[in-house]
Amino acid sequence: MLHVKNPGTRIIPGNEFEHMDREWVPSDRIIKTVCRILIPFIQIYALYVVAHGDFSPGGGFQGGVIFGSSLILMAISYNLKTLMKRVTEKFLSIFAATGVLIYVGLGVLAMIMGGRFLDYSMLAPLVPWDPGHIRALGMLGVEIGVGIAVMAVMVIIYVNIVSEGRHDEGL
Amino acid sequence: MTELLALIVAKYNFWLYIILMMIGLYAMIAKNNLMKKLVGMNIFQTAIILFYVSIGYKHGATLPIIQGDHGGHGTHGAVIHAAEYINPLPHVLMLTAIVVSVATFGVAMALCVRVYRRYQTLEEDELRIRLSEK
Amino acid sequence: MKFLGFVIVCLTGGLLLYGTMDLPDWGDPASPASTHLSDYYIEHIMEETRVPNLVTAVLADYRGYDTMFETAVVFCAGLACFLLLRDFRPKKTGISAIFPRV
Repeated sequence: MLHVKNPGTRIIPGNEFEHMDREWVPSDRIIKTVCRILIPFIQIYALYVVAHGDFSPGGGFQGGVIFGSSLILMAISYNLKTLMKRVTEKFLSIFAATGVLIYVGLGVLAMIMGGRFLDYSMLAPLVPWDPGHIRALGMLGVEIGVGIAVMAVMVIIYVNIVSEGRHDEGL
Repeated sequence: MTELLALIVAKYNFWLYIILMMIGLYAMIAKNNLMKKLVGMNIFQTAIILFYVSIGYKHGATLPIIQGDHGGHGTHGAVIHAAEYINPLPHVLMLTAIVVSVATFGVAMALCVRVYRRYQTLEEDELRIRLSEK
Repeated sequence: MKFLGFVIVCLTGGLLLYGTMDLPDWGDPASPASTHLSDYYIEHIMEETRVPNLVTAVLADYRGYDTMFETAVVFCAGLACFLLLRDFRPKKTGISAIFPRV
């Protein structure tokens, strides 16, 4: 009943990816190659969307979703173990919390500098550049926090649902 | 006749969104499978998002990004008229609503996975039988 | 149940279609949604924040609290998925791996 794809190789338990269902088909070489080439460009595009949120359509939510979908594409085109080796669960959890903390931290920093909560104009002494753009810079920091949190949460939701919480095998 | 035509031109997108919303509501009421109910809920949310975005539209206006002097040093050139840009407020509200809909959909799917793990089914009538057995 | 649901859906849809008669026309610049607050935003955002993208400016500056708790909601959704589904039990070997647990 145990169906092993390649009977010639010896299976080391816990080390290699074992597939128990007979419907599983390894990903095609074309899919793997195309995704491997495409994923860095998707990630650069996501960073562009976050960084240019002030001047063109974009922002933290959109950029975070694009970055998370690039990681999900890696999990789909290879397998889930490949993703979880590069982006561990600890990393994702820390990033999801860090994004929210960056947002709240900027607000609290504005309070420490003497303003109200999330009043970015009070951060002007901290940057050496033109203080007229301080609100844009504060918004950029906030959007980076949002993007990090959304990216991590997208991957957490995908990984947990697709593998039923065991993080070993799935879609 | 021309009055009817003017009415249709002025309101047809609202009618289309209401039809879409009713498709979602019917799926939420009548479908038996929990995943299909969730898909109906997403269709419902999409109809509401489209409705809000279409409220913000103005004829002859462009998208809400101020054109021209992006440096913003000192006084910017031309004075900005509100009629030239579409209403940014519905877009802001719906941007957050989309993200929250994705998050709630994820939580709902997680609950479905838990239900399936325990009762081995997602059909509502079978679930009711399993629940009454215990 | 299906027929009853269809009747309810038709009644609700008819009521909503009747309600659209009082809505402002599509694309009307003088509609109530785009007269009071959005005019202020469009005309004063450039001098107050110097961010050309109005959506980002309203999202992150004027509605900073909203977006902050929005991010908190997204974080809580990820946390809920983790707490509902994460299974730390080691993968079973032998016969229980072939017959999955109930």
